[in-house]
Amino acid sequence: MLRKLHGLPGLFAVVFLVTLAVTGSILALAPALDRAGAVVPPAGEASVAQLAGRVVANYPGTEQIVRDLSGQVVVYYSRDGQAGADLVNPVTGERLGAYQPSAFFVWIRDLHRSFLLDTPGRMVAGISAALMLFVCLSGMVLLARRSGGWRALMRPLAGTGSKRVHAEMARLAVLGLLLSALTGSFMSAQRFGLIPEASDLGPGFPAEVSGGQPRPVDRLQALSQVDLNDLRELVFPYPDDPQDVYSLTTTAGSGFVDQATGELLQFQPRSTGSVVQQWIMRLHTGEGLWWLGLILGVAALAVPALSVTGTIIWWQRRRLSLQTQDNAAAAEADVIVLVGSEAGATWGFARALKAGLTKAGYRVHCAEMNALAHSYPRAGMLFVLTSTYGDGDAPASAGRFMDRLRDFRAGSALKYAVLGFGDRQFPNFCRFALEVDEALAGKGLSRIQPVELIDRCSAARFSEWGDRLGTAIGAPLSLSHDPVPPRTFRLELAGRVDYGLAVQAPTSILRFRLADAGQRWRSWFSRSGRNSLPVFEAGDLLGILPPKGQDARFYSLASSASDGVFEICVRKQPGGLCSGYLHGLKPGDSVEAFIRQNPGFRPVAGTVPVILIGAGAGIGPLTGFIRNNTDRNPMYLYWGGRSANSDFLYQPELGHYLEDRRLTGLSTAFSRSDERAYVQDRLRQDQTALRQMIDTGAQVLVCGGRDMAAGVKQVFEEILRPLRMDVDQLRAEGRYLEDVY
Amino acid sequence: MKKILLALGLAVSVALPALAQAREVTFTTELLDYGGDGAYMALYLTDASGAYQGTLWVAGKKSKYYKHLSGWARGSRLDPAEYDGLTGASITSGRTLKITLDLDDTLIDSGHEVLVDTAVEDMRDNRADVSVPLTTEGAGKPVSGRGYVRSFRYDF
Repeated sequence: MLRKLHGLPGLFAVVFLVTLAVTGSILALAPALDRAGAVVPPAGEASVAQLAGRVVANYPGTEQIVRDLSGQVVVYYSRDGQAGADLVNPVTGERLGAYQPSAFFVWIRDLHRSFLLDTPGRMVAGISAALMLFVCLSGMVLLARRSGGWRALMRPLAGTGSKRVHAEMARLAVLGLLLSALTGSFMSAQRFGLIPEASDLGPGFPAEVSGGQPRPVDRLQALSQVDLNDLRELVFPYPDDPQDVYSLTTTAGSGFVDQATGELLQFQPRSTGSVVQQWIMRLHTGEGLWWLGLILGVAALAVPALSVTGTIIWWQRRRLSLQTQDNAAAAEADVIVLVGSEAGATWGFARALKAGLTKAGYRVHCAEMNALAHSYPRAGMLFVLTSTYGDGDAPASAGRFMDRLRDFRAGSALKYAVLGFGDRQFPNFCRFALEVDEALAGKGLSRIQPVELIDRCSAARFSEWGDRLGTAIGAPLSLSHDPVPPRTFRLELAGRVDYGLAVQAPTSILRFRLADAGQRWRSWFSRSGRNSLPVFEAGDLLGILPPKGQDARFYSLASSASDGVFEICVRKQPGGLCSGYLHGLKPGDSVEAFIRQNPGFRPVAGTVPVILIGAGAGIGPLTGFIRNNTDRNPMYLYWGGRSANSDFLYQPELGHYLEDRRLTGLSTAFSRSDERAYVQDRLRQDQTALRQMIDTGAQVLVCGGRDMAAGVKQVFEEILRPLRMDVDQLRAEGRYLEDVY
Repeated sequence: MKKILLALGLAVSVALPALAQAREVTFTTELLDYGGDGAYMALYLTDASGAYQGTLWVAGKKSKYYKHLSGWARGSRLDPAEYDGLTGASITSGRTLKITLDLDDTLIDSGHEVLVDTAVEDMRDNRADVSVPLTTEGAGKPVSGRGYVRSFRYDF
């Protein structure tokens, strides 16, 4: 619901919001430009009396001196009956140039304030500011929910594509946008009388003035007591009117100055309301706060980009959730498929399941989980496919499912199965799916087969589940759905280094490059850009398509796009199809491959220590992280192999990194040596140091097999206990990341 | 066209209602293309000694800006009773303000002057942008202002 509310104002007001943001960014330059051209003497150096005296010497017909918040001083004067305005140097009183407010900035300001439509336009601008405020706040709530809590807002974001760009940019810009939207809404509300305006009429004109012989302006005492930098405005008396006075406005308040006695008359300090009001205005415009102006201006530039990515996300979600055709009516269907989806990815799997079942002769009804009916009279099977949102919550299309389930009447024949989708790197992997599974069991339904959890949309796992389901219901199903049709390209093996043969753990470092220059040429010049080279970093996954049409297998990349090669580390699995295929490659042979981003597995930037832990081929991406550590942040590597003589992967390279400080410390354990040590043993030995590092905010990245990862986790639980912390807590903070296979 | 009977304290006290002769006077103020926001303007009368006598019209609704019309502000002491019912919208750059009022005959050819103070946001204030004696001879003759006023004239 909140998601819809977040998106709708954005979609409808996009033109207005983008106009406000772009014009706002341009206007944000004005305070900095003004400041650059202004001469600001140090406080205490010059008084208003001195300034006025110097100005009058140059401009005998001075009528008004105005100092704006950026420090520019403007003199309004008349000479030979002609009115003029000049910028002057406040120290010398000399002319700097004619004062002519830029017509461009005035136009942009009117566009920003009122879309050049005066009062109705101002109203639209005010409403847009309020919408912006709402979009910012709802966006923050959504982002916090997605990240799993307010505290988690600053940790690395998961996800890819538009969604990620949208979230990253929003996170960077939101405070600036909030400030602009809040102050803008306030000023507009005040303009239209929704918020009372602080009365700022100023003091009344003095009832009596001395009327004596006027003194030169630089000898008026009240003016010599005001520092130049506190001046806002000084209006001179009307020429030859001895009853007139100087009107003085300073940052503290306003009053009048008798032109003969130099006395300050009727001075009235500014009201608190007026001070607050002016600060709100300054926080919006950046007037006199040029640095703030620039920050707000840059933040506002995010709005066009957020609008574009937001629209893309909305479109993708809409397209994915569109119902497939020939959907059987709920009351008629034999099989019900319910979908809980946040971004829409789950719908693809649901469609594949529906297609498979329809092919097997069933009449299938497919709907979102929120559309759970009161009962399904004809149905014998119920499938629930759902992802989990944030910290174990229901995704968008399933928010009302649990409530509706309370009133659900299940026929005695109805059996069910739950399929959960998620990412093992998140602490509450598939929790909502597990809750749904329990809740259905609690309604007295029996399972067709146990709940199945699918990590990172694995097409292979889905297909295996389909096979088992086919056996269970006695109708062969062949389910295949790869959520992202990968954009593949041809790679050619450029070189390989082999290790571990002597210890029965053949492991190779394989380096690929793009297969031929022609392909590269085409990809650079292709108009559609669809063949362009993917961007990737160490830690991302390289999907390899084995030759006989089997599903892709994924290997963690040890290199980044800037290295110009695709480097992976592959251990030959006994009977392994893809690893066997890769190990059989000779330099010059080629493979079909694609990139899958894995942004959830990355070392944090900054100076906190990073503890890398791996075993066997898991060293690949970890080496990549070390290679990229050109800032020399503290990085420690714990790695376990079989024998220092046979499978010590990357040995020379790691030695080199120790020397140039990209790697701070290296600790190895070999299981087939005299010491018979595992990486867990090394961690235990160093537990005091590790505990200290965790206490100072260190991040842990683990890469390797499932058993090794479980062992490492156990050791960390021991290490963390004295700190009264556990691994789940570190995970929730994005400080314990795993890439496990 | 605004038609307002101007009841000046002075006029009422000197010329008794039975003797009072009123005349319809139209004031036309055309502004320059000064290129800023809407101008605030005050049209008011002074007597032969230059003392404020009464308000003819105030263009601009927000009283917090009235202090920038300094000559008028000083004379009227910004007492709302002085301008109550005599205000309208601010006048945009290049536009013309035309108002018609019934003025007592005693105000004409008696040394009274019409003054126009003008002010624009972020631009200069012009006390006495226009200042012109109210005479039979001067009627229909445009004068130019020193600030935002391109031309000003009155007709009766």
